[in-house]
Amino acid sequence: MGEKIVFCKGGGCTAKLGAGILNRVLEKLPKGPKDENLLIGYDSRDDAAVYKVSDDTAFVQTLDFFPPMVDDPYTFGQIAAANALSDIYAMGGEVKTALNIVCFPETMDLNILGEIMRGGSEKVIEAGGTLAGGHSIQDSDVKYGLSVTGLVHPDRIYSNNGGYPGDVLILTKKLGVGIVCTASRVQEAKEEDMKEAVSSMIQLNKYASEICRKYEIHACTDVTGFSFLGHLHEMLDGRLSAEVIAEQIPVISGAADYANEFLLTAAGQRNRNHVGPYVEFEHVPFAMEEVLFDPQTSGGLLIAAAPDQAERLLVELREAGLPASAVGTLTEKKEKEIYVRGQR
Amino acid sequence: MIKVNAIGDACPIPVVKTKNAIKELNGPGTVEVLVDNEIAVQNLTKMAVQKGYEIQSQKLEEQKYQVIMTVGEGGEGMEKQEDTAEETVCIPDSRNHKIVVISSGRMGEGNDELGEVLMKGFIYALTQQDELPETILFYNGGAPFTCEGSPALEDLKQLEAQGVEILTCGTCLNYYGLSEKLKIGDVTNMYVITEKMMQADSIIKP
Repeated sequence: MGEKIVFCKGGGCTAKLGAGILNRVLEKLPKGPKDENLLIGYDSRDDAAVYKVSDDTAFVQTLDFFPPMVDDPYTFGQIAAANALSDIYAMGGEVKTALNIVCFPETMDLNILGEIMRGGSEKVIEAGGTLAGGHSIQDSDVKYGLSVTGLVHPDRIYSNNGGYPGDVLILTKKLGVGIVCTASRVQEAKEEDMKEAVSSMIQLNKYASEICRKYEIHACTDVTGFSFLGHLHEMLDGRLSAEVIAEQIPVISGAADYANEFLLTAAGQRNRNHVGPYVEFEHVPFAMEEVLFDPQTSGGLLIAAAPDQAERLLVELREAGLPASAVGTLTEKKEKEIYVRGQR
Repeated sequence: MIKVNAIGDACPIPVVKTKNAIKELNGPGTVEVLVDNEIAVQNLTKMAVQKGYEIQSQKLEEQKYQVIMTVGEGGEGMEKQEDTAEETVCIPDSRNHKIVVISSGRMGEGNDELGEVLMKGFIYALTQQDELPETILFYNGGAPFTCEGSPALEDLKQLEAQGVEILTCGTCLNYYGLSEKLKIGDVTNMYVITEKMMQADSIIKP
């Protein structure tokens, strides 16, 4: 495949609007009457909407799309799809149908679009769903993603803020893909580091989500544009605190080096501005701070697991080949919301 | 001095261009960088703090920010030791929902001349804080601080470049005949002033 897509200013989840800006708009939106069957989505900041249709069935609805963060169109399609499908898995659901969302310049080679959509469609098939159609518009820049519908049992939805003090925080993918892609964009990333980032981004969260179903987990979210700390902040919901052990954080190789070279995204700095005031770092190197604020495209699941279940869950995730790690614990609410502890 | 134009460049390009310019200096010297957004200023500031370079930044106009980085004797050798680097607080990262209200030309009661000196000193001292306010509100006797002839303009430019929002009451500018003389920040109204104060975690009023 010779064709390459032209990079947009910041691809992937680095293209997200900052959480601070977004909140100001969302707060002011009018809300219609509450529908009792809308289980998630009316007033929470969850990744998707969940609507109950009967006592044993609810559907999960989500969409996600963004500009390219890699040159290869097929890889981009896989990543965008894995990222969009992830919202269903963060809810504990099963993927059923997906629709393509496409923005594409009329003058660009259509084979590129074909490759993007091939990548996307392969991921939908791997997810066990059907690609049922889509909508395309012409635009000056390429953007691609999916609108996805899945099913979940109403009593078995993973909440994104239902954690308890004592729960163990488990992260199922490495962090740092934003930094590595940024370094790659300015030709400063090693090929093998970029490869590792790509293989992490195309990995579906399906397997992690399915394994979680066998255990008692209290909260689950997928780590995407708002960074590990941003999504953890949402999980804590203003009523809990968390202790994070910096050494336990799995990191894509090279990410710390590139952070030390200040190859950082604007989105990462926006995350720092937004969540930084809630975080206390103790003996944490600068590069690790940046990794924790790094926007993730198609990041892993962040799970709050019951303390007596966490170890077995972790073992099973690892046996499935995932770089899962226990990265901290939830606690009662303390003065600061998030404490990240490094080595003295 | 080497000049770097990074207007229109998305992160990390401004940082990459600046690093190249510093390499070109090949020793002590100054690099001036122009960028078009405050996030880029903040990312440059992070680098300067980590590397131990002196940094000054100001907002020149809408979407035009100037950052001046000075590499001292020893250049890269000035890089901070790991242990102290951790203590370093990166200035723009510490904004909280704090707002500062300047409602008078003077700080404190007593001698007016002294009060003026104190208020100017207060605004300067703000620029030196690790933790910056989200917004500074100027109204009534505080309004002239954001206008032509203000002794605090340079300090306020620095604060604005670090992302501090600077708002002056429009009614007050009209009343004092300063509407055409506003030099920094935006004009605001009572609705916004009230909302900002209601939503603040704390209000600092010198």
